[in-house]
Amino acid sequence: MTGMISTGGRKVMSSLFVALCTLSVLIALVPLAFVLFFVISEGVQALNFDFFTKMPKPVGETGGGMANAIVGTLMVTGLGSMFAIPIGIMSGVYMSEYAGTRFASLVRFAADTLNGVPSIVIGVFVYGIAVLPFKQFSALAGGLALGVMMIPIIARTTEELLLLVPGTMREGALALGATHARAVFSVVLPAALPGIVTGVVLALARIAGETAPLLFTAFSNRYFTTSLRQPIGTLTVMVFTYAISPYKDWHRQAWAGALVLVSIVLLCSLLARFATRKIEGLHSN
Amino acid sequence: MGRVGKKRSIDLGFRLGTGAFALVLVVIVCAIGFELTRQSMLSIEKFGFDFWRTEVWDPVAGQFGALPFIWGTLYSSLLALAIATPIALGIAVFISELCPNWLRQPLVFLTELLAAIPSIVYGLWGIFVLVPAVRAFETSMPSALRQLPMFSGPPLGVGMLAAGVILAIMVIPFTSSVAREVLKSVPAAQREGAYALGATRFEAIRAAVYFARTGIIGAVMLGFGRALGETMAVTMVIGNNPKISASLFAPQYTMAAVLANEFTEADTELYLNALIEIGLVLFVITLVVNSLSRLLIWSMARPARQDAAAVVVPAAESAA
Repeated sequence: MTGMISTGGRKVMSSLFVALCTLSVLIALVPLAFVLFFVISEGVQALNFDFFTKMPKPVGETGGGMANAIVGTLMVTGLGSMFAIPIGIMSGVYMSEYAGTRFASLVRFAADTLNGVPSIVIGVFVYGIAVLPFKQFSALAGGLALGVMMIPIIARTTEELLLLVPGTMREGALALGATHARAVFSVVLPAALPGIVTGVVLALARIAGETAPLLFTAFSNRYFTTSLRQPIGTLTVMVFTYAISPYKDWHRQAWAGALVLVSIVLLCSLLARFATRKIEGLHSN
Repeated sequence: MGRVGKKRSIDLGFRLGTGAFALVLVVIVCAIGFELTRQSMLSIEKFGFDFWRTEVWDPVAGQFGALPFIWGTLYSSLLALAIATPIALGIAVFISELCPNWLRQPLVFLTELLAAIPSIVYGLWGIFVLVPAVRAFETSMPSALRQLPMFSGPPLGVGMLAAGVILAIMVIPFTSSVAREVLKSVPAAQREGAYALGATRFEAIRAAVYFARTGIIGAVMLGFGRALGETMAVTMVIGNNPKISASLFAPQYTMAAVLANEFTEADTELYLNALIEIGLVLFVITLVVNSLSRLLIWSMARPARQDAAAVVVPAAESAA
């Protein structure tokens, strides 16, 4: 070894390194604590019953809520999952059942690529196929954009969880004379179902917090609507509009919206964590 | 048709049925590329490559140059990477190598939470908490330092520095979780060998990190890909000014941010086409960066497995 360092020096170096790694964990936890602290403290002050039940007040008037946007978020997320869940789960089944094939690798590549496409670009794409032709922003277009984002997440989660199911279960079903489809749908898929449901819930939480793909698909709307063909307000877009506005009362409501969004994410993550623990527990028994 | 034949055709139907759903994924990716190209034809034909060399973005005058956005995107992402990489790797090493067992799961959960918080919430926090803090930092900077081109301009708070910081916070969990996975795939023999030679903890971990270097570069690049396309939080703190500047304090603009801000305001066909072309290039850049990073991570994970197999095979042969 060139430049022999004393054992003491090496030990100091090692301790220093351990200290730096520990420090980096603390540095990363500081913004998390700060974000959560402000969202909770500002949000709790601003959140009230009106937020969930009242419509937005005209510009300049204080009070009111985001009832229309809450319904809007539920609608576009629901629409998105309606076509993302079947496509995602079925392509996940294909990728795990025909894992070795070239087409499965291509689909896996497509899923990872789609997962990495910036959400704003998905918005531009959906604008081109679902807004321009009809000359109309719509809840449907918003749902489509969110669905496109959900598909790869669900597909990859399903694939990974199906691969965890012991091969003997599938083989047992096939040995009893079941068709491949029967083996998958009656034996393999049910065994992986709790995990897949968890994955879908996590995907929903992530998608419900998306803003960029909705800006020019669902657009925004200060009035209540449940029409699929009309522009619709959503929590995230409304928080954005309110946050960059000059009005104090709108800032207050933006924090309330942020608290609702973070609560959804926290709740889903905790639920998912609890559920995966349970599943792991079942497997180890 | 016999029973076996019938079963076979059912199996084929299953394969084709699920395959059709899987095909949707491939079709969507191709459709994105096709649609974005088709919708930006006007701008591509009119400006050609000059679009990416021109500094002037003046929609009113019909002048569209995308250089400021490319500059802002690269600047903010690289800045974020410079801040995030050491921290993210530190976290990955701490969780995978140093941390006591009971602490591992909670820490993983917390870093995942950092990734799960919506971009818009980071943006809101950025506007009302981070930007004032950055402004205070900028004002308190000694004037001697303020002469440097890196710190020139008025201390506005909004600008490149705030964008870099918020992007770094958002990128850390991605890089650290991939780096953790990569470190996990390093064979235990690497570390044990180092310890057996009398290495300190630092030296043993350095050996493991060196072994995993390709995958770790992949993890860093994956974070870069995320930073390039991040929209809302950046839009809300970067200041949205299409002007190239080396200063960390200057308000600037990114590709994703200009799409978010100006897309619904585009009043001419050409304006809209120019914006969609920016989207197209963002799509291509992230596609290349992500594919490359996955290739690196994947090439890292494979040889590790082959090594493990190589250890087993000679033993089996000697037994035979």
